[in-house]
Amino acid sequence: MQDFVDAFQFIGEHTALLWQLTLDHLALSGAAIGIALVLAIPLGVTLGHVHRGSFAAINVSNVGRALPSLALISIGVAVLGIGFVNVMVALIVLAFPIVLTNAYVAVDGVDQDAVEAARGMGMTGREVLWKVELPLALPLIFAGIRTAVVYVIATATLASVAGAHSLGDVIVDQATYRLPGVLGAAICVAVLALLAELLFAALQRAVTPRALRLEERGASSVMLGDPPLTSERTAST
Amino acid sequence: MTPLAAAGPVIPDFGRGSSCVRGNGTFCWDWVDSHWSDTLRPALVQHVVLTLVAIAVGFAIAFALALLAHRRGWITTPVVLVTGLLYTIPSLALFQLLVPFTGLSRTTAEIALVSYTLLILFRNTLAGLAGVPEDVRDAARGMGLTRRQLLWRVELPLAMPAIVAGLRIATVTVISLATVAVFVVNEGLGAPIYAGLQQTFKTELIAAGALCVVLALAADGLLVLAQRVLTPWTRVARSR
Repeated sequence: MQDFVDAFQFIGEHTALLWQLTLDHLALSGAAIGIALVLAIPLGVTLGHVHRGSFAAINVSNVGRALPSLALISIGVAVLGIGFVNVMVALIVLAFPIVLTNAYVAVDGVDQDAVEAARGMGMTGREVLWKVELPLALPLIFAGIRTAVVYVIATATLASVAGAHSLGDVIVDQATYRLPGVLGAAICVAVLALLAELLFAALQRAVTPRALRLEERGASSVMLGDPPLTSERTAST
Repeated sequence: MTPLAAAGPVIPDFGRGSSCVRGNGTFCWDWVDSHWSDTLRPALVQHVVLTLVAIAVGFAIAFALALLAHRRGWITTPVVLVTGLLYTIPSLALFQLLVPFTGLSRTTAEIALVSYTLLILFRNTLAGLAGVPEDVRDAARGMGLTRRQLLWRVELPLAMPAIVAGLRIATVTVISLATVAVFVVNEGLGAPIYAGLQQTFKTELIAAGALCVVLALAADGLLVLAQRVLTPWTRVARSR
């Protein structure tokens, strides 16, 4: 327990350092998530809208999960060299499949009766997408974003082995910071991940239309960070 | 005296690398070839052992909890909360947070790896059990099955696809995370990956990373096969 007391003491004494690293950590994660979203959401939504490419859209996340994050970052080092960009690319590669699969499954799985009703009302394909499919798919799309965010924040810790800055800097440098420092930084990372999870869980609730929220209560056991959510569905169907 | 001089200047022999290794190529097959038995294979074997132990222990715990939660529903929420919390903590941090308790040891690595399997395995097993149609349960009860027989002969076989789906996700996740265990115990494929990071010669790192991916895909494939063997009826249903 003394170790943890020392760890909190370390946090108190090195607030500036830890804060700076937290900002670096968030900048790295944010850049990776942003680019992954820009790439994956339009693609997933389009594929889901036209109901094409399900095999690729679903299996990309199964393969993606098999990629060990440490290995991916390391191979990135071998190919792209050390630094921010390399780690960001590795994080994008990790986040992309999760977001893509969820976006695809979300739009593809929208109740076809609703889509047909919308068509019957004379909506064009584009209107169906924006006014019917996207609002209904939003919660599941957001579930993918949330999972990806937590996953990327967790993995960004490993960035330190590849020359980008994050809270991992302290964790992997026991020689300099000793056990209290390592534990203190580990506590910060854990808290950061949990805060991100809670924040995005709240956001996900906020974007869910009230009518869908009632349904959701039945499935509320599915609440914290879940790559399993989609793969459960894809694997068992 | 003359023979020594005749032999010319003494140049220490550090062994002969291939031209690829000497030229620091990106990926040298002959390095993989010559270090397979002393570096890569032991690491691969350790990695498999780390994974198997974590999955076995994790499954035992999660399975017991799921059976309990299946009987008494109120257990579900606390279990999901606690395992979800563990699942969210980044692996590198969790490994380190355990060090004060279990030291830099294999135990530390296994505890962390097990804790990442719990949420997945618990939730999938429970979902599988809950997904058994009520009609089927009624029919089984009508045939005079006891609660225990109902569980083992009807509910668990029907829950098998969901359970195996959970095992697939958990196994692949653990194989990936076990590389990070190198920060607490120098075992598994994380060891050559980490060693490769410290040097400019990258073959070791790429080979170990690739092995890790191959291992994950192979394990996933094996589990799919296992599910086919264990649940022959699902295939019949699908082919109709």
